[in-house]
Amino acid sequence: MEKKYIAYFSILLVGLLFIIRLFYIQVLDSKYKGSPLNNSAVTPKYDYPERGFIYDRNGVLIVANQPSYDVMIVPRDVKPLDTLEFCKLLKIDKEDFVGKYKKAKKHSPRLPSVFVAQLSKGDYAYLQEKMYKYKGFYIQKRSLRQYPIQSAANVLGYISEVTTADLNNKNYQQGELIGKNGVEKEYEEALRGVKGVKFIQKDRFNKVIGPYKGGEYDTLAIVGKDVNITIDIKLQKYAEDLMANKRGGIVAIEPSTGEILALVSAPTYDPNLLVGRERSKNYNKLDSDSHEKPMFDRALLAEYPPGSPFKILTALIGLQEEVITPESRVTCYHGYRYGRRGFMKCHCSSGTVNDLNSGIHQSCNAYFASTYKKIIEKYPTSSEGMKRWSEHVKSFGLGDFLHNDLFTGRRGVVPDEKLYDKYYPTFNWGASTTISNAIGQGEILTTPIQLANMTAAVANRGYYFTPHIIKKIDNKPIQIDKFINPKKTTIDPKYFIPVVEGMYDVVEKGTARYSKVDGIEICGKTGTAENPHGQDHSIFIAFAPKDNPKIAIAVFVENGYWGSRWAGPMASLMIEKYLKGEVSLKAYEKKMFEGSLREEYDKQLLTEQLEKEIKEKLKKELEEKAE
Amino acid sequence: MRKRQNNIFAGVDWVLVLFFIVLVFLGWINIYAASVTDTSQSVFDVTTLYGKQLRWIGLSGVLIVIIISIDAKFYERFAGVFYVISMLSLAGLFLFGNTINGATSWYNFGGVSLQPSEFAKVATILALANFLNEPNRDLSNFKTQIRAFLILSIPAVLIALQPDPGSGIIYFTLFFVMYREGLPGVYLGIGFMLMILFLSTLYFGFITALIIIISLLTLMILYLININKFQLNREWPKVIVLFLIVGLFMFSVDYIFNNVFGQRHRDRFSIVLGKEVDPRGIGYNTNQSMITIGSGGLTGKGFLEGDRTQGNFVPEQHTDYIFSTVGEEWGFIGTSAVIIIFIAFILRIIRVAERQKLKFSRVFGYSIATIFFFHFMINVGMVIGLVPTIGIPLPFFSYGGSSLWGFTILLFIFIRLDADRTYEW
Repeated sequence: MEKKYIAYFSILLVGLLFIIRLFYIQVLDSKYKGSPLNNSAVTPKYDYPERGFIYDRNGVLIVANQPSYDVMIVPRDVKPLDTLEFCKLLKIDKEDFVGKYKKAKKHSPRLPSVFVAQLSKGDYAYLQEKMYKYKGFYIQKRSLRQYPIQSAANVLGYISEVTTADLNNKNYQQGELIGKNGVEKEYEEALRGVKGVKFIQKDRFNKVIGPYKGGEYDTLAIVGKDVNITIDIKLQKYAEDLMANKRGGIVAIEPSTGEILALVSAPTYDPNLLVGRERSKNYNKLDSDSHEKPMFDRALLAEYPPGSPFKILTALIGLQEEVITPESRVTCYHGYRYGRRGFMKCHCSSGTVNDLNSGIHQSCNAYFASTYKKIIEKYPTSSEGMKRWSEHVKSFGLGDFLHNDLFTGRRGVVPDEKLYDKYYPTFNWGASTTISNAIGQGEILTTPIQLANMTAAVANRGYYFTPHIIKKIDNKPIQIDKFINPKKTTIDPKYFIPVVEGMYDVVEKGTARYSKVDGIEICGKTGTAENPHGQDHSIFIAFAPKDNPKIAIAVFVENGYWGSRWAGPMASLMIEKYLKGEVSLKAYEKKMFEGSLREEYDKQLLTEQLEKEIKEKLKKELEEKAE
Repeated sequence: MRKRQNNIFAGVDWVLVLFFIVLVFLGWINIYAASVTDTSQSVFDVTTLYGKQLRWIGLSGVLIVIIISIDAKFYERFAGVFYVISMLSLAGLFLFGNTINGATSWYNFGGVSLQPSEFAKVATILALANFLNEPNRDLSNFKTQIRAFLILSIPAVLIALQPDPGSGIIYFTLFFVMYREGLPGVYLGIGFMLMILFLSTLYFGFITALIIIISLLTLMILYLININKFQLNREWPKVIVLFLIVGLFMFSVDYIFNNVFGQRHRDRFSIVLGKEVDPRGIGYNTNQSMITIGSGGLTGKGFLEGDRTQGNFVPEQHTDYIFSTVGEEWGFIGTSAVIIIFIAFILRIIRVAERQKLKFSRVFGYSIATIFFFHFMINVGMVIGLVPTIGIPLPFFSYGGSSLWGFTILLFIFIRLDADRTYEW
């Protein structure tokens, strides 16, 4: 019968149609695919481990954790309450309450949001007993950083909520904390630990109905590892105190290992400011301070002309290139005449004859200018001479990144022949053109840490270890090749002997003789670097003891007039503090603690403002004239 | 009949019985998956849905034995009585019924709810078969058409008023059976035309749809004139009447849709027509069921591993949306297997119906094939988003005692009728 076949045909057609449709939904269309864990029915719940502690080289606790309590709100569950009392407990006013409530509701009526963040322990204890009265609110415990010693903020960095950029990293979720600077960032992975996760099966009302697959995919949290850094926190704190009301940077390094003992940037801030309820307010305040720049790590980022300490390198290169010997003499005519018209002033009285030793301890400009000229002119062309000189300088770690475990850094500048070819494309430049390099002025720029590293290389008589900040992770000393392999300079160790002797005499009887410490053989070199902003920078490099040195140090004090005024005493105080634990030069110490360069900085600020005003005025007048 | 005194199962079509067992078993497995919780213990625990369903399945075994034991002639003879009782039970709902989910479709007997509309299917089919079985019944006769139409309309209207329009619509599918038994094809043609007009009005809106349809009709008439099958100068009133009817029908569809239908009815059509998709509101059920089925992939997540089923993401999953559990836990392989089983089952019924010598048995067979097929088509079509949301159960799969019993009675009366076929002379 025909009708029978129509029926068969229609039924088969419907069956076929359904199977095709199902094949599309279940096999072809990727809209519905994905891992079962990527499913709205399963939610991961994270268990955050405690972040690792940070200790100093001697095991003193520098960064710990403190519990913090957030008041959370689920707007849907809120029942009418005694707002007045609640506001009083939370220390907010009524309008605040209404605003926060609206904000939370807008975010999501069902999901919890933070109502009041980071209550103090006292407030928490008080509130906790009354919490049962307020439906829809609860207290969530979190872990915050705590700094028992108010020091080393620039070294430690801070933690804060992840940004959108961080979220590209699969390890982080919205609202989690991440190290944002310094050690916290560099060793984030070790400190963070591994968060645990529990997969929760939920129903369509988002109600929990149990663990997903009996917890098969769940993982346990692993506590963050504790970290020891190379900083000696006592020394660090002491240096910060010395730098009070001054600007600049101090870096101290253990020459035999490259471990950074102190890394001071002044002015600095109390790390506790970046924790807790006031965090963002404080951060904005610190970050927007364009005069003091407390968030700017001068020890790592500020590029200064090194000034006279650079004469040490000029001497070493001169010896290595065999253009001078320790006995070479130069007569100073209260300065040094070069080229046709050039004259470099010197504080030596006219007619003084210096050999290498006195050249160093009297910091004679003429001596090193002539040495520099001899180095450059040893080769057939200035270009070649400059190239050799530049290579020697760079072998001390200057003019490039240190490639270490500090979060930030700068290259500094060591000029070479290419730079000058660019500067003077048509002019036949030579030693006279670049003579300022001899005494660490000119184009050369170094950061405090680079200068400290250079000092360590001199202390080691010819090699250095990359300065680094990590000492132990999880109580195991770290063994990183680039930190334990020495980097050789291009200078033969034998040439260091007369130079170190000169540096010793700087403190014994030279420009820094007032910084002498009884019982410690300090080798140093003062520096006074000209700069366009105001008074000269006060600079000092030193290492001690002379044999088998334990500490190498570089001090920059911005606009500190001259080397032996601020930087010299600070360096010797720190050396004594580090080697003996006690300071004998109490008067100096007091002077450093109390001394302030604020007036000088204010003057600069004023000058800047005046200059600005004058410029504007002139501009206006010119415009008016033009009209 | 004499032989049957020794063995009540003589002549039973075991293929259909096997289909029945397979479908009920698969159905229960999926109800179990959709309603089991971590705290559940025994499968016989009657506080759980799967425990209750198991009880209904057990009791349907008793029912089957009773149905098979009764003389085949009994069903034919008492068809009218069943029909009257059944219609009374439907009418009685308006006085004594229980309201669940907004529909007054239930009688409550001491904690056990029964849905008379499921049993009314049996009575109506028996009545229709009995009506057509009368000698000299001619479905091309207009009076006969009206009477047959009434037999279907009474339960359909009573059920639609509960309101349960989905279950009501099912009765009109029996027109296909009447077509098989001699109803002129023009009725189906008209029905099909009206369906197209209805859908195009909803899809394109009244004005656009009217323009499209009128243009198509004009083209058709022009074609007929061209091949000299139609003479416009003599038959133009027919064209006017046709256009008027079409226009009126479309206008009333539009009017009813916008002014008589509730928003939820409108939404159901809108979803399938792809007009508005609101996955959080009315589209939630369909959207969730499609995601659930899709998440099963080719091979499924495995028995009791369906996390979306466990999370109750699909509302009514154990009843109308039970097929989504199959989709999630057994994947494309499972769903296509179930579809093949259903299709084979329905084709088997039609084959068995074709071999009946008695008109009563044949009409009954065709009727249940139609009923099963449209339940299957509408239910699965709804779950996979091809048909508007119409709340009718998937035979033998969906949770519910009344529907299970109703379908079981339909099938086994037919098996009983078939068992007698060899003794006809």
